[in-house]
Amino acid sequence: MTGSFKLDKINKILATDCGSTTTKAILIQKVDGVYRLTHRGEAPTTVEAPFEDVTKGVLNSIIELEELSGIKILDGEKIMSPSEENKGIDIFISTSSAGGGLQMMVGGVVKGMSGESAQRAALGAGAIVMDVLASNDGRLYHEKVKRIRQLRPDMILLSGGINGGTVNHVVELSEVLQAANPKPRLGINYKLPVIFAGNEDATEMIKKRLENTTDLICVENIRPTLEEENLKPSRDKIHDLFMEHVMAQAPGYKKLMSWTNVPIMPTPGAVGEIIQKIAEQDNISVVGVDIGGATTDVFSVFKQKFNRTVSANLGMSYSICNVLAEAGIENVSRWVPFDLDQKDLTNRIANKMIRPTTIPQTLIALKIEQAIAREALRLSFKQHKEFAVDLKGVQQERTISDAFEQSNSGNTLVNMLELDLLVGSGGVLSHAPRRAQSARMLIDAFIPEGITQLAVDSIFMMPQLGVLSTVHTQAAVEVFEKDCLIYLGTCIAPTGELPKDSLMFKYEINFNSEIIKGEIKSGELKLISAPDGFYNSKLIPGKNLDIGAGINEPINTKLRGGVVGIFLDGRGRNPFIIPENNEDRVKSLNNWSYASNEYPEGKM
Amino acid sequence: MARSYTPGLKVLANTKVEKNRRLPLKGKVLVEVGEKVEINTIVASTKIPGNVQMLNVAKKLNIDSEIVKESMLVKIDDSITKGQLIAESKGLFGLFKSQLKSPIDGTIANISDVTGQVILSEPPIPIEVNAYSSGKIKSIIPEEGVVVASQGALIQGILGIGGENQGILEIVVNSRDEILTENHINESHENKIIIGGSFLNFEAFEKAKKIGVAGIVVGGFNYNSLSKILGYNLGVAITGSEELGISLMITEGFGEISMAERTFKIFKQFDGRMAVINGSTQIRAGVIRPEVIIPHEDDEKVELLTESDLIISEGSKVRVIRDPYFGMVGTVIELPSPLTELESETEVRIAKVKFNNNQIEIIPRANLEMILSK
Repeated sequence: MTGSFKLDKINKILATDCGSTTTKAILIQKVDGVYRLTHRGEAPTTVEAPFEDVTKGVLNSIIELEELSGIKILDGEKIMSPSEENKGIDIFISTSSAGGGLQMMVGGVVKGMSGESAQRAALGAGAIVMDVLASNDGRLYHEKVKRIRQLRPDMILLSGGINGGTVNHVVELSEVLQAANPKPRLGINYKLPVIFAGNEDATEMIKKRLENTTDLICVENIRPTLEEENLKPSRDKIHDLFMEHVMAQAPGYKKLMSWTNVPIMPTPGAVGEIIQKIAEQDNISVVGVDIGGATTDVFSVFKQKFNRTVSANLGMSYSICNVLAEAGIENVSRWVPFDLDQKDLTNRIANKMIRPTTIPQTLIALKIEQAIAREALRLSFKQHKEFAVDLKGVQQERTISDAFEQSNSGNTLVNMLELDLLVGSGGVLSHAPRRAQSARMLIDAFIPEGITQLAVDSIFMMPQLGVLSTVHTQAAVEVFEKDCLIYLGTCIAPTGELPKDSLMFKYEINFNSEIIKGEIKSGELKLISAPDGFYNSKLIPGKNLDIGAGINEPINTKLRGGVVGIFLDGRGRNPFIIPENNEDRVKSLNNWSYASNEYPEGKM
Repeated sequence: MARSYTPGLKVLANTKVEKNRRLPLKGKVLVEVGEKVEINTIVASTKIPGNVQMLNVAKKLNIDSEIVKESMLVKIDDSITKGQLIAESKGLFGLFKSQLKSPIDGTIANISDVTGQVILSEPPIPIEVNAYSSGKIKSIIPEEGVVVASQGALIQGILGIGGENQGILEIVVNSRDEILTENHINESHENKIIIGGSFLNFEAFEKAKKIGVAGIVVGGFNYNSLSKILGYNLGVAITGSEELGISLMITEGFGEISMAERTFKIFKQFDGRMAVINGSTQIRAGVIRPEVIIPHEDDEKVELLTESDLIISEGSKVRVIRDPYFGMVGTVIELPSPLTELESETEVRIAKVKFNNNQIEIIPRANLEMILSK
């Protein structure tokens, strides 16, 4: 089916996303000249025994779509195309993260320079980076060989050296690979794809060493000079090889690939596409997060620079215990608004790990899951901030004042006061019973500063829209704006040292019928209901505080409302404060919940 | 109609089990199709490449990298022994030569004229794979391994630790809801697989390990105790490579939960029989459950499960796998199509389940597990 469609004749679009647990199908139709999401179906993913064929889950999710829409899409196992009145579709696209997604190892001469650039390229292409090999990573030669053999990645990206620079180190790394003679994770009978994107002068030497043992592909240098990073050729090659090698080895994918009109894209790569499009279109800074069962992806665009990180073991089911291990029980329990024995709490969390597809039936179980989600999001964002930095190794002019805070590493690009929009996606955020819960999880985990708009992916369809945007931008944008992105509202939070008089800020919001004004004290959280739209407002920060215009500077602006409203957050930033005393903590959590209409009352 | 699949653990008194026994790398298969094998029969073997060492010959001989190759007295793939002279510099007019001896037994893996390094590989490490369960060789995977077909009881658990072990089964508690404590364990349990009830405490595990018990099967365990045993908090449920000398299989989950009635009944039926246990678990794509296999050829009806057994329908026997009804067993009496709101306000597809005590409750379908037995 690949390639056989005409853009101007597309009326019905079928898109699937094969996740590690669930396969989601959506149907987009042209309604009164505009593309709209009309139906959604889902079914368990079937890459595992006893099925071992991803297309079964895809077909089941399409059958559910057929039942809900009344449109006949399948003729046996064949997708009918082109569309007629109540039959068939015009284009079929798919993304996938099933089978553990794309797992890569990357290598570079200096860990913080070419190693980091290679990592950025792999992450940007939607991969999970299992390890970064570098000449200076402190490991002995045999330890590196052992590590490569043990990890069995799907693909390796090798970089290192600027063009014209020394070749020794990158050749040495290729010799490590040669000695390891790595075998791919899936399929014993094919050679492991290795992309070389390092010093051009080393190409022939690398070929001599790796051509026989691996499937070697050479692309342009990822770091041609110290000041320049050239990620695109490597990213594109990773996508090609993902299709040709990795997906082709996974059960049923050859069949699925023959059904789709355009190549299957790794899910995070597709979400990255859509996040970049939002930032470009409105010329804003955006942070997006997609929290899944096994991993959490964070995307950001600051100063037009796109970054993606994947926290491979921070998720809400398969890796939920890792969130507990990394955050610590104290950090998780600080969000639980009632007393719970620690042993009981850890056993409950561990039971979710071993029964990852279960859902919270009781309110207590829901509150515990949302407490963990806050920590998974917080930790993932922390990792993202540490990774999304300026290029390291670049000579920079420094002033005297800079000399006092010199550091070897690049500075983070993430500036929370500059952030315009925070978008959440993934089961726990998209499917939270109340949108106020999604908003609170985003605010508590990301601690936005100044004025920040909040949004969620309504039903978790950003992956499908991401891949659609590469074939039919108009359809992707229309559905994204009308059906996908749900504006929750805006969070206002001044930053700076807490003032002695405890006044955080004064506000005045002009609704057409009335003006709402008041003060927010330290430790207070207030929600003002404000449907989607823009409202002229005046904000005056407390002493020595900053809401975005500078310390002590008032702001006249238009605040965006949404399905939840406008959050006035006086809980402090740098640091964000939750009372340490247990009684006060529970009281504060419940007050904040009540103020933001987070949970049903009286059901505990 | 769209199919609704639910997860399920296999708990079968008599079934056919096929096990892939594969080498990590290509090697030699040592048995033939149709051959009868016992638990310990070696079915395939190979040698994995030995550890490598790097020798900076250019630096040690004080020569340029480009002439390292011509200074070598051995070639790539040549065998070398510890102390053997492997490189020599030309010296000045044939005098003042520097020499280099091999620090290990092994082979020459690579000689680099760019870095001046020589890679030495230690001798290959032999790896053997046994049949794991007694039965017949069903098929051969050329150069990789075999498929062993066995008949017997198969009991899968929810999580385990420790790899493969074998031993005689012994039930050490009186009922499926009794806690397994250190008082239940004694020297006679060495090399045995012991079966407990609802819970195992940390002290009992430690005593069993000390005595040399081969395996423990129990309903529930504490996550904190698991962390203590492993020495770290288990972040994702991927286990099997722990070198504990003992395997543990939890059948129900974390906390104190009675072992499922049917599971306990099967263990009782085969009390005193030889069994194999594998604690390896992978709860992610490519799920692997811990298991106990009790090979036998008893004259019982063989139970075979198919894909359709995973489809939930009215009349299905199910177990609830999350609170507030965790562990309760019942029968599905209705599967309403519309979404239903739960106490948590989550809207989901539900099943109406009648429990064994005649109580009827609404349970999210995602929180049900099929009882895979006939």
